[in-house]
Amino acid sequence: MSDTHQPSKETLLEIYRIATLIKQADDRFIELIKAGQIASPYYSPRGQELIPAAISVNLKPSDYVVTTYRGIHDQLAKGIPLKPFVAELLGRATGTCKGKGGPMHITHVASGLPVTTGIVGAGLPIANGLAWAAQLNGTDQVTVVNFGDGASNIGAFHEALNLAAVWKLPVIFVCQNNRYAEHTHYSLGTGAATIADRAIGYGIPGVEVDGNDAVQMWRAARDAVARARAGEGPTLIEANTFRFRGHLLGDDSHYIPKEEMAEAVAADPVPRMRAWLIGQGHASDSQLAAIEAANVAAFEEAVEFGLASPYPDVSELDKDVVAEGAHA
Amino acid sequence: MSTTAQKKINTAQAINFALHDAMELDRSVVVLGEDIADDQGGGVFKCTAGLSAKYGTGRVKSTPIAEQAIVGAAVGGALAGLRPVAEIMLMNFTTVAMDQIVNHAAKLRFMTGGQTHVPLVIRTTTGAGFGTGGQHADYLEAWFAHTAGLKVVAPATPADAYGLLLSCIFDDDPCIFIENLPLYFQPGDAPVRGERIPLGKAKVVQEGSDITLVSYSRTLHEVVAAAKGLAKEGISAEVIDLRSIAPLDFDTVRASAAKTGRVVVAHEAQVDFGVGAEIAARLHKDLFGTLKAPVARVGAARSPVPFSKPLETAFVPTRERILAAIRETLD
Ligand SMILES: Cc1ncc(C[n+]2csc(CCOP(=O)(O)OP(=O)(O)O)c2C)c(N)n1
Ligand SMILES: [Mg+2]
Repeated sequence: MSDTHQPSKETLLEIYRIATLIKQADDRFIELIKAGQIASPYYSPRGQELIPAAISVNLKPSDYVVTTYRGIHDQLAKGIPLKPFVAELLGRATGTCKGKGGPMHITHVASGLPVTTGIVGAGLPIANGLAWAAQLNGTDQVTVVNFGDGASNIGAFHEALNLAAVWKLPVIFVCQNNRYAEHTHYSLGTGAATIADRAIGYGIPGVEVDGNDAVQMWRAARDAVARARAGEGPTLIEANTFRFRGHLLGDDSHYIPKEEMAEAVAADPVPRMRAWLIGQGHASDSQLAAIEAANVAAFEEAVEFGLASPYPDVSELDKDVVAEGAHA
Repeated sequence: MSTTAQKKINTAQAINFALHDAMELDRSVVVLGEDIADDQGGGVFKCTAGLSAKYGTGRVKSTPIAEQAIVGAAVGGALAGLRPVAEIMLMNFTTVAMDQIVNHAAKLRFMTGGQTHVPLVIRTTTGAGFGTGGQHADYLEAWFAHTAGLKVVAPATPADAYGLLLSCIFDDDPCIFIENLPLYFQPGDAPVRGERIPLGKAKVVQEGSDITLVSYSRTLHEVVAAAKGLAKEGISAEVIDLRSIAPLDFDTVRASAAKTGRVVVAHEAQVDFGVGAEIAARLHKDLFGTLKAPVARVGAARSPVPFSKPLETAFVPTRERILAAIRETLD
């Protein structure tokens, strides 16, 4: 029985808006890095835009999203305000973390982004705690935790899935399977045929979807969110995708066969969705162009804000280590 | 001196040479870690380049991202007679394997009454300065040095990296071998191939009479630069590179301190509860009446490594901060 439920036209356009905002942000950050404005490694999510875009339209502002160093797509999709977001990447005092966290650790509690980790796998156990608190407090908050295919091989993944199952937590484990962990292909690091297959060992649903297909991704997220909100427990979603810009900026992807890369780039999900929206009659070219132009304008305003912002004062080193007034 | 000693190489190459030479010498030497085989690029920093091509993927294993499994396999391999060299990509990721390191590698010799021992090396790297923020640049040597059963080694030059790594590999106890990211690319004198540098022996980098400066790893280079500046002012500093943190060559430090009466210890790890505290305590015990000034310590701020550039710069023990501590100690 195939699922034919379609997102509304508005939902589809919102997914597209978010996806193009991510693409815009990624392009612009790379320019800023090359211009020497951001002094940090950068882990581009290009190619993975539709996953968080299609998840986020199923979430409420109060829901939590946990992500990783490769996380700007997840943060933008969750609705992080652009100005302090860009300022954080630039290490400015006006950034979401006062410049202390940086590109690998962008968090914004007010947007439901309470933790972004640089430690592979570490987000999953923490997501359980967020979900547990929601369960205890009787809120209907859902926690989505994003991680890579490589992360599914670390102990934290396995411990967290089991605990979430036993405690029936309102948590959604989203494995963004981009086929590579640093320079290691999926098949060299992972024994299971699919990551979704692993769910059965923990007694939870495991769903494999094409993460580069907005509608499929939207349906999987919709079901997992409904299950979590209804108190029925966690879901593992494996969203198949690809990363176009290597592990981090400067990586020439020499370990990826040329044909594999070419095929993935030819199937770039963002232009593909654009063509599909027009082909299906959901939007006209000029409507989509207007969305894109609005993204560019909003983003440029944020970049201007960030570049004009001051760096944090050195005295900030002593602050936020422990509660104000307490001794570090 | 052999001609190879005149050549310059960097620390990444020195480590690569040591691994090649150890594997060539002894079939029980095996290497494992994330992305270390040649198909994955021979290590993120190329320290393991060429090993899998030469010695095969049986002895040189790329692993999944699973630090606990990596160190656990190294412990097991070591118990069964191998000499595993595990690469943990960055020092912060050793935290994921702390049970294997602290509860097992460090303690099994003792807990089995000497029936077993664990001759493994954990090579790892760290260091602030690249804008990686709070989870990728910590110096955690004091944690390991605080654990009985572990040796902790932190070279500052390519030649030392080579000779000390060979010693660690052929040592019969577990060694934590701390490399430094920025130093990977800094050239220095090439080592004499095959020559090991004993663990637990500090190096007097420069002799002097007015003050003793103790350091290791990257901070040593800041200390040497500071000492050069002092020399222009007629101040004669003795610079000691610890090389090994545990075992600590306290004899060398004490002898120098007895001579100069003034000591500054500088390291990139935060000051509080650090290696400097251990040295200061021992010096104050042995030379309480002789010291002309309290032992001074310079290190990172007591905060996580910050991202923003001005904060990151202020976080690490800069030459200026080292000089300020020296001047205060000389006053
Ligand atoms: C515990 C730990 N080990 C190693 C690393 C280094 N590292 C950073 S990202 C990465 C690869 C992760 O791959 P995957 O989970 O597939 O995510 P992707 O980067 O592809 O999004 C590795 C090994 C780390 N950050 N944390
Ligand atoms: Mg991956």
